[in-house]
Amino acid sequence: MRLKLIFPIVALVLLAGTVSVNGQCKSFAKKVGIPELGAYIHDGNYHAAVLVEGEEAELYKTFYSDMKYRVAIVGEENLSNVEFTVYDATKNVIYTNKNSNYAKSWDFELQSSQQLKLVVKVPEHSKSGETPASGCVSIMFGFKLKK
Amino acid sequence: MNRKSGISSGLLVILLSTTLLFNGCKSCSTKEQVDDLSIEVPKDNPALVNDINRAKQIFMALPSPLESAMLIKSTGAKFDPELLNSLENADNYATSKSMALNLGVYTCDLSFTSLYEQTQLIIDYMNAAKKMAEGLGILRAIEQSTIDRLEQNINNTEVIMEIVSETFMNSNSDLVDNGQPAIAAMVLVGGWFEGLYIATRLVDMKDFNGNKLVGRIIDQKLSIDILLNLLADNKGNPAIDELTVQVQKLKSIFDKISLTTSPVRPEYVETTNTTYLKSEVKSNLTPAVFQELATTVAEIRSTFVK
Repeated sequence: MRLKLIFPIVALVLLAGTVSVNGQCKSFAKKVGIPELGAYIHDGNYHAAVLVEGEEAELYKTFYSDMKYRVAIVGEENLSNVEFTVYDATKNVIYTNKNSNYAKSWDFELQSSQQLKLVVKVPEHSKSGETPASGCVSIMFGFKLKK
Repeated sequence: MNRKSGISSGLLVILLSTTLLFNGCKSCSTKEQVDDLSIEVPKDNPALVNDINRAKQIFMALPSPLESAMLIKSTGAKFDPELLNSLENADNYATSKSMALNLGVYTCDLSFTSLYEQTQLIIDYMNAAKKMAEGLGILRAIEQSTIDRLEQNINNTEVIMEIVSETFMNSNSDLVDNGQPAIAAMVLVGGWFEGLYIATRLVDMKDFNGNKLVGRIIDQKLSIDILLNLLADNKGNPAIDELTVQVQKLKSIFDKISLTTSPVRPEYVETTNTTYLKSEVKSNLTPAVFQELATTVAEIRSTFVK
């Protein structure tokens, strides 16, 4: 009987927490993610999620030859050095921010339109027995027309 | 562990996974690493544990309405208000599906009117998008203060684009926050189709070969699988399943277009701090296949805006 009562309560608490986390992530993306786009126009798409240390996220998107792009990938302060790697359709690595001191953004242009894959990873830093850190990571795209 | 308690812990894991799934990511498939949380994982179910550990969050990103509008304008295409969805139609949409699709459609039309500096239409289309958002219960996505800010900056294209971008992001993130990822996906689908519809209608068949706009339409072949994956994330929803059938029909036409791209050769230029992705592309779209594509896009779009 108690179990029957406990589960709906746990569910409500978790869902309430989720709404709060979602709001936090959106706010983080707006306040920290979008400003990283600088003079680029934010495309209006929203990609943000809570990631735990060691966890990865993937994003697939087509980029067009007429545009200049900036991708800004930013994690909350407690997540140090969010890694991101960009692959072309043949799975070749075309960029990784590990070679650029974990830069938060990357500017690029394309000779021809391409579908690219971005893999974002929060590296593990916690020691054994510690609670792994988790926090919002936002992936934002900005564009400008080529002149 | 007896069967009942096994089910209970399994339920808790599923509940936790489901809860974390709605963690602010739009158009994505999501599962979390339960090993990293201080919740007991059902060790007697290694398949489930393995599945959860292997899973990752996947985002399917379609070009936004603003990006689609910018791409079309960049080809030198002229503005034609007749191609936009009628503002009067806004009163016809009563279902979640029609309101979601037309939130995308009207946002795309709003993006066109913004880029072509059609001042009165900008306000009108923002109001139409607001009506759709309100119908979907996302009242904060486009508030009256947004319309007021738009009016105050009606001659400032840069600020207008910022506002359009912000309202589109608000709409989608609010839908996901409300636990409506299928509706959020439909908004994206509506916006993508409207951009493709306008683009196909603006092509001058007398100037088909080498037409830059035709090139941008061919590029949409690169997004059709992304679109199908986005829908697949929400399969089982009747409205999504209907859309999937329509998109598959469109894909069968895109499949007739050959598009091959060489591997990308990145070249970093320090002076501009920009990486140039060099590659060659070969494509072939015949006028006949283009007409078939344009007709199908128009047919599908007509089911959205009717």
